[in-house]
Amino acid sequence: MPVTHITQQFPQHECSGDVLAVNDLHFSYPDGHSALNGVSLKLCGGDKVALVGPNGAGKSTLMLHLNGILGGKGEVEVAGMHLTRDNLPAIRAMVGLVFQSPDDQLFSPTVFEDVAFGPLHMGLPEAEVRTRVDAALEAVRMTAYRDRLSHHLSVGEKKRIAIATVLSMNPSLLVLDEPSAGLDPRARRTLINLLRDLPITMLVSTHDMAMVRELFPRTIVMDEGRVVADGLTMDILENETLLNAHGLEKP
Amino acid sequence: MHFDAFDRYHEKESFLHRLDPRVKVLVTVVFIISNALLPDGAWLAFGFAWLFVLVNNLLSKLGIGYTLKRSIIALPFALIAITVLFSIPGKPLTTFNFMMMDLTITDMGLLRFVSILIRSWLSVQMAILLVAVTRFPDLIHALEHLRIPAVLTTIIAFLYRYLFVLTDEVFRLLRAREARSAAVPGSRSGGGVVWRAKVAGNMAGQLFLRSYERSDRIYNAMVARGYAGHLYTLNPHEMRSADYYATALAIAIIFVTHLLGRF
Repeated sequence: MPVTHITQQFPQHECSGDVLAVNDLHFSYPDGHSALNGVSLKLCGGDKVALVGPNGAGKSTLMLHLNGILGGKGEVEVAGMHLTRDNLPAIRAMVGLVFQSPDDQLFSPTVFEDVAFGPLHMGLPEAEVRTRVDAALEAVRMTAYRDRLSHHLSVGEKKRIAIATVLSMNPSLLVLDEPSAGLDPRARRTLINLLRDLPITMLVSTHDMAMVRELFPRTIVMDEGRVVADGLTMDILENETLLNAHGLEKP
Repeated sequence: MHFDAFDRYHEKESFLHRLDPRVKVLVTVVFIISNALLPDGAWLAFGFAWLFVLVNNLLSKLGIGYTLKRSIIALPFALIAITVLFSIPGKPLTTFNFMMMDLTITDMGLLRFVSILIRSWLSVQMAILLVAVTRFPDLIHALEHLRIPAVLTTIIAFLYRYLFVLTDEVFRLLRAREARSAAVPGSRSGGGVVWRAKVAGNMAGQLFLRSYERSDRIYNAMVARGYAGHLYTLNPHEMRSADYYATALAIAIIFVTHLLGRF
């Protein structure tokens, strides 16, 4: 049965999209499956936004557009810069994208090398790289793991290191794909506290509705490649008709 | 589950562990080359080379017999050289019949076979010692410093990082098959050989697809952090004077050993 989409408006603060502005983004995968059907959204400095929706709603596809890994039709603007081929490196330095599986995110033999990867590729001098790596590991409270081998870590530890690998690039927007998936309660709690304390604008896709309620003042609901609701989390989580229509549950 | 069977590094505090990885790689390679170039039957040189291995074993504090025990695994590979027993002309020692062929072992053949066996056995021990006293990332750094092309060192680094992930993947596949390999009471479990081969083939295909898709995701993760075709690394290694002395001494010993074998 096809789902009818009526974009629901909820009252929220004015935002001109100074960190991120996506306008009418369309994307189809090479096999013809269309994943994004006109997505528009705006993020402002300091926003912590949850991106929810059923599997296959296009959340991950949207995230891959935010620093130009996929290029669909439509506009993506990061900090006022229109995303083009030429400013891709600059935009990738500003949008820190953390993938769902930390085994894909952590590809270097040691933790230090992984966290240093981003800053090194930005062409920073060695002393600056070391300072940033130490600061990023400090921010996720993993300083003691600096010289450990990535494949010897637990999933929770890997997730935190994965976040450090983009923090070291000092991004202005943090984009996380299902950060709490597969974590035990304690690791999940550590992660939530970590995300709460990070003073960065973030867009987080998740199925963890309890985390959404606790952490994110604003929620965007996606389904079938569209934004179907965008507003204050407390309003959206109270709207059970909306949640049920898009395969979500009230926590 | 983590599968760490490939990690051969042994954490210890010793002179060899502290040595710069470049020195260790260089000395090992020189040792192996010198060994391979020794003439047949250079018993004195073989003896000294073995002494060199033993001393290094002691220096590593892993125990004098450490590499000897672990070198046994390489023995079957040396059997590839068994044909030289019969194929080098010389004085016949004995003849026996094998699958309707008369095979004659000659004295020259025996000499060469034993020499090859000793050479490979010494080289393997040295290599085993190298990976036991050097952390793998340091080994890769050492190769980078010794001007090995970045493409090769990168491939080795990725191989090392994802070997574990792939092994986990294989075990997950095997476990999934095991969990569903049931049998109805009274009937034989397992199916036909062809069917089982097909299942195994599908599993190999699955593994390839999963690895392929994973490589795509890893590439995306690299690109997202600024990768544009060239890898940069910081390297924390610096040669100290002790490293230079150790290199000079080790190379000198190997050189003298080699001369002993030549004359």
